[in-house]
Amino acid sequence: MIFHPGILALLLGSALTTSMLCYSAYEGVRIIRNWDISSGSERQLELERRTYLVSTVMSYVLGFQLLSLFLFIYTADTLSPLFIGAMCAAGSLNVNGFGYSALVLKIVGCLLAGLWLVVNFTDNKAYDYPLIRKKYWLLLFITPFLIAETSVQAGYLLGLKPNIITSCCGTLFSADAKTVMSDLLALPLSLSESAFFLSTPITIVSGLYVYFKTKGAYLFSIASFIHFFISIAALISFISIYFYELPTHHCPFCILHPEYGYVGYPMYLAILVSAVSGLGTGIINPFRNIASLCNVIPRIQKRFALISILSNSVFALIVVYGILFSNLSMAAY
Amino acid sequence: MGAIEKQRNILDFTLSSLGRRKGKNIALVVVYTFVIFLLASVLFFTHSLKKEASLILQDAPEMTVQRLLAGRQDLIPTHYIDTIRQIRGVQSVAPRLWGYYYDAMSGANYTLMVNAELNDRAGEIIIGNGVSMRSMSGIGNQALRKNDIIPFKTYDGSVLTLKVRGLLPFASELVTADLILVSEADFRTLFSIANDQATDLVLNVRNAKELSTIAAKITQIHPDTRPILREEILRTYDAVFDWRGGVIFMVLSGVFFAFIILAWDKATGLSAEEKREIGILKAIGWETSDILLMKFWEGSAVSIAAFFMGIFLAYLHIFLASSILFEPVLKGWSVLYPSFRLTPYISVYQIATLFFLTVIPYTVVTIVPSWRSATIDPDSVMRM
Repeated sequence: MIFHPGILALLLGSALTTSMLCYSAYEGVRIIRNWDISSGSERQLELERRTYLVSTVMSYVLGFQLLSLFLFIYTADTLSPLFIGAMCAAGSLNVNGFGYSALVLKIVGCLLAGLWLVVNFTDNKAYDYPLIRKKYWLLLFITPFLIAETSVQAGYLLGLKPNIITSCCGTLFSADAKTVMSDLLALPLSLSESAFFLSTPITIVSGLYVYFKTKGAYLFSIASFIHFFISIAALISFISIYFYELPTHHCPFCILHPEYGYVGYPMYLAILVSAVSGLGTGIINPFRNIASLCNVIPRIQKRFALISILSNSVFALIVVYGILFSNLSMAAY
Repeated sequence: MGAIEKQRNILDFTLSSLGRRKGKNIALVVVYTFVIFLLASVLFFTHSLKKEASLILQDAPEMTVQRLLAGRQDLIPTHYIDTIRQIRGVQSVAPRLWGYYYDAMSGANYTLMVNAELNDRAGEIIIGNGVSMRSMSGIGNQALRKNDIIPFKTYDGSVLTLKVRGLLPFASELVTADLILVSEADFRTLFSIANDQATDLVLNVRNAKELSTIAAKITQIHPDTRPILREEILRTYDAVFDWRGGVIFMVLSGVFFAFIILAWDKATGLSAEEKREIGILKAIGWETSDILLMKFWEGSAVSIAAFFMGIFLAYLHIFLASSILFEPVLKGWSVLYPSFRLTPYISVYQIATLFFLTVIPYTVVTIVPSWRSATIDPDSVMRM
C-alpha cells in the first residue's frame, strides 16, 4: 500500500459511508417488518422518526458518494507517476485487477443512491408513506453494492505497489488491445457519432413529451438509460479526440486535467444527473395510481424531466462547442 | 423561488441561534480549526517538498552510474567511460567528482563538487550562501566575501588554501546552501583521489524509451555498477514524501479522534435551553425536516468556518512563516541548514482530500445527535 493522504481519505470516507448505510439497512429491515401506518403504538411512532434519520443519512451518502467518485479518479491520476508507463488514471487503474471494477461500482453506487433519493422524495410528498416498504427494499438492494464498492476499492488501493509496469493510456486505449474500451474504439467514427446525435434528440424530445403531456415516462426512462451508455461510449470514441486535438488519444480521464480547462467535470456531472433524473421519472411511474400520490407524481416527473433535459442539453452543447471550436477536423477520415 | 427563500430564512435563523451560544460554538470552531490547520499544514508541506524535489531533479542527468564495492558506493574507474560510450543510443558519458568535507572550525559539512569552468583556475572556489554565512572563528561573525581565503585540511595532512571567486545565486538556496564548487586539480589534491578515478558517471541518452535497455546493458558489461534513472529517483522521492505525510496523518489521528469525541459530545449534550428552543419551534409549526435542515445549516456553518480558517492558517504557516512547527524536523542534524520559502501551491485535490479527512467524519458523528434533537416531543420539553 502507498501511504498517500488521498488514499487514506478515500478509505476513511468509504468506510464511514458504508457503515452509515449498513446502519440504515438495519433500520430498513425493522421498518419493513414492523411498519403499520394505522397503528398508533409507541413502536410505530419510533419507526416514523427513524425514517427521518435514514433519509438524512442517505442524502449525505449520495453527496459523499459523488465526491468520492471524483476523488477516486483524481487520486488514481496523481498516483500515476509512481507506476512505470502509467501516464494518467487509465494506467494506474490498470495496475491491479480491482481498479476498473472499483470505478464501475462507484458509478453504479452513485446512480442507485440517486434513484433512492428520487423515490424517497416522492414518498415524502404524500402524507401516508405509500412507498415506505418499497423504498426500504430498494435500500436493502443498494447496500451490497456499496459494501462491494468499499471492499473492491480497498483491494485496489491496498494492493498498489509502486513500479509495477502497466500500460499507459496510449497503449491501453489503442485499438489493438482486447478490452471493452477497444471495442468502443473499434466502432466506426460515423456509427458512434450518429448514435450520439440520434439518441440526444430522441431523449430530449421524449423528455419534452413527459414535461408537457406527463405521459411516456417509461419511454423517456429507457431512452435516458440507453443515452447514458451512448454518451460514455461517444465521449471515449469521438468526443474526447476533439478536446485533445489528437485523433488517436481516446483517454476518458485526461479530459479532467487542467490543460483542457477541467471540461470533463461538467460533462461527467451532466451525464450522471441526466441519467438519475431520467431513470427517476420511470421508477416512480408505477405508483401514479396510488391515491395519495396521483397528484404529486406528475409534478415530480415534470420536474425531473426538465432537469434531465437541461443536463442533456448542457452536455450536448459542450460537445458541439468542443467539436466546432477544435483545431482538429476529422473530415479526412 | 419559495424553496430558496425558505432555505435562506432557516439559515438566517440558524446563524442567529449560533450567535446566541457563542462560548460553546467558538470553543468547537477553535478546536476544529486547529485540527484542520495541522492536517492542512502536513499536506501543503509534503506537497511543496515534492514539487521542489521534482523541480530540482528536472536538471538532473537522465542516468547516473555508480560502482559498488561490497555493497557500498565506491570510486569508479574512468576507463568504464569508453565501454559505456560504445553502447548504441548513449549520447555522452561524463565523469563526476563530488563529496563531503567536514570543516572542524564551523562544525559544518560542506558538499564539494568539481565544476569544469574552474578547471583552468586552480585555487579558486565558488561558494553557496550557507557556507559564506558560517561563523569565522578569530575574524568575528562576518560573512565571507569575494577574494576571502578558506583553509582546507587535505587527506594527507597538509593545508590547502582556496580563494573565494564568487557566490552562488540565492534563488537556488535549497540545493546550494552548503555547496562549494572547486577545480578538478584541487579536488584530487584535497581527497588524494587518483587521476583515473571518479565519484560516478552521468549519461545522456538520445531516446528516453531506451533508458532501461541501456541500463541493462551497462550492468551486463560491468556487473559491479548500479545505474540509477532520474525517474526512479523522482518516483522514490514522491513515494517517500507521501509516506511521510501519511505517517504524520496517522500520528495526528489521535488528536483527530479526540476532536471527533468532542464534536459528538457537543452535539449530544443539548442544554435545556436548546431543547426548549426546538420544542417551541415545533410547537409553532416547524416540521422535523425543518429542524433537520436547521441542524444541517448549523453543521455547515461550523464546518465551513473552521475549514477555511484552518486552511488559511496552514497557508500562512507553511508559505509565509516557513513552517515554524516543522522546522526542527527539516533542520535535522545539518549545521548549514538552508533557509528557503516554499513555492505556494494549493490544489482543489488537496482541499478535497482534507474535506474527506475532516468534514465528513465530523458530519457523520453529528447526524444521529441532530436527528435525536430534531425528533424531540415538543410537549415533553416544554413541560420541564
